[in-house]
Amino acid sequence: MEKTLRKDPAKKIGSAIAVCLIAALYIFLFLLDNVLPANSFTLMLIPVLKKGAIYSLICVSMNLLNGFTGLFSLGQAGFMLLGAYAYAVFAIPAEQHPAVYQYFDGGAIGFSIPEALGKLLGENAGAFVGSILCIIIAGIVAAAFAALIGIPVLRLKSDYLAIATLGFAEIIRAVFQWNSLGPVTNGSNMLRKYTSFSAIKIGSVKLATVFPFLIAMICIGIIVLLINSSYGRAFKAVRDDEVAAEAMGISLFKHKMLSFVISSFFAGVGGALLAMYQTTIQASAFKSAMTYEILLIVVIGGIGSISGSCIASFLYIACNEWWLRFLDSGSFFGISVPFFRDGFRKVVFSVIIMVIVLFFSRGIMGDKELSFAGLVRKFQKKSAAGTAKGGAQK
Amino acid sequence: MSDKNIVLHVENVTMQFGGVIAVNNLSLDVPEGQIVALIGPNGAGKTTAFNCITGVYEPTNGLVEFCGLPMVRNFPRGKMKKQYQGENADKYIHDPAIAPSPDKITELGIARTFQNIRLWKSMTVFDNVLTAKHMRAKQNVFSATFRTNAKEERRMREETEALLAEQDLLQYKDELATSLPYGLQRRLEIARALATEPKLLLLDEPAAGMNPQETQELGAFIQQIRDEYNLTVFLIEHHMDLVMKISDYIYVIDFGSEIAQGVPAEVQNNQRVIDAYLGVSEE
Repeated sequence: MEKTLRKDPAKKIGSAIAVCLIAALYIFLFLLDNVLPANSFTLMLIPVLKKGAIYSLICVSMNLLNGFTGLFSLGQAGFMLLGAYAYAVFAIPAEQHPAVYQYFDGGAIGFSIPEALGKLLGENAGAFVGSILCIIIAGIVAAAFAALIGIPVLRLKSDYLAIATLGFAEIIRAVFQWNSLGPVTNGSNMLRKYTSFSAIKIGSVKLATVFPFLIAMICIGIIVLLINSSYGRAFKAVRDDEVAAEAMGISLFKHKMLSFVISSFFAGVGGALLAMYQTTIQASAFKSAMTYEILLIVVIGGIGSISGSCIASFLYIACNEWWLRFLDSGSFFGISVPFFRDGFRKVVFSVIIMVIVLFFSRGIMGDKELSFAGLVRKFQKKSAAGTAKGGAQK
Repeated sequence: MSDKNIVLHVENVTMQFGGVIAVNNLSLDVPEGQIVALIGPNGAGKTTAFNCITGVYEPTNGLVEFCGLPMVRNFPRGKMKKQYQGENADKYIHDPAIAPSPDKITELGIARTFQNIRLWKSMTVFDNVLTAKHMRAKQNVFSATFRTNAKEERRMREETEALLAEQDLLQYKDELATSLPYGLQRRLEIARALATEPKLLLLDEPAAGMNPQETQELGAFIQQIRDEYNLTVFLIEHHMDLVMKISDYIYVIDFGSEIAQGVPAEVQNNQRVIDAYLGVSEE
């Protein structure tokens, strides 16, 4: 046992590299927020980074359910909507209520958590702690709904589960646009003026880009810990063979429910972050197309790979929002091309996705994880082989 | 039979699918520490009987007791009330039905293996056994995620390592379960079942697909684990050599009904058993 517990050097070097890279990333993000000048490059880069981090979290939460527990659920947009609304409703400052809820007499809720905490702790700290509190509430609301609908829905298998969860997401979207709930949800009008990323700062130090990365990284870290724990193994057992899992004493309902609730919690957190990023939200935006977008990222990244989902999220968002933009602009390096008009980006994008699906049928990462220890080992092997070769030549 | 404690008591169990009776009024006893076999020709209903005991199916009628306590009980209900063609329809009607799920039955102390191996394909040999320990671990999802159960986790890993060492599987521990040769996969499935700390082990055709040499080794292996882990073994098997050699008692079923029971020597010479296996001549 001691032998297996002893750390091998590759693992040590690998984790050192990982820590350094993460530190470098945060320093870079911090500089982006505060020091680096705003030019056309950073103006594109910052939103891509923020949205990429948020989508990473959402995709990992979907991967927990679809990739690790084998439950084909398509309700992610519904849980994101719940999270986004739960966040926004509790984070709109009191004096903005008449303006936001203009058709509903200022709404039913007359307070905001960041504001209330702001009075106690000071404005900046209030916004920081309050938004984290609201994000947690968002997760809990989404998880509570998941627990409720999980009771009937998780008895279904494969495609039927997908249909039921998709239906749930659509119902939620419709309910949130219902006028009778207007005093809380503002009907089909948008919610706005709540605490967004730009309000997150310490003194005069802005943390607008650092914040979503921090929250997403903590949440993904928790999911990784869960997957590597005894419960994570039980989830994989349910995915691999339900009959065998049940025969080995793993309660199917309990573990499916756990996975569903946890996944929805983090989808809710992701929804709240998305609300913060967008600064306005509207229920009609959380269409099933959004779930398919997330599913697409999960498939491109590799079903059953956390790092795959993260890499694919950033790539997808960067392509969608930035790198392929020129295809819509009508000109390419100053030469005007008649094809390049609105929507052409989507055509190219579909072709790229088809190529990926055809040639990387298991996604970028398959079900493997990106590990620096593994890379170090590969490098050591290569250099060892290199020196051996060199020795032979002499 | 001997005066030992009865671990598994099956009474009047009938399983009817639509109009087909797969198991008909089956009663049997498995005494503590013995190896009892259930044999019969193809399609006789052996695996269905197993599935009734382990909670995969809910029997249409009958009672299963484990260590003297009722574990599964049912009577013809609902649609079956009219369709039921078996016997003893009124015998259990006065008691409430009990139908635990398979995981609850495993928790009580009954572990099983499968006719066609069902190992977790994406996991290593080590993880297959370690995951079977999940049920008995004292932990919840928070303590497991945030590693406050480190002691429990270490205990599980140590026990898994010890179990694999006892079963001669330690050298394969980091290989994928499905990459093992067939005989070792069978052995791993038994090791995984042992990891749930059972009192009664149900083996569904453990020697299927094995050559005579492997079958012989398997027989010794079953006797060995019975002694080492204080188990009671109830098995389904087609290899008559194996069954006759290791069983203390044998039940024979055909078309769902019991046709004979007894110690190996009695069953071997029973005319009805010979007829069931070899057929009866027309004259």
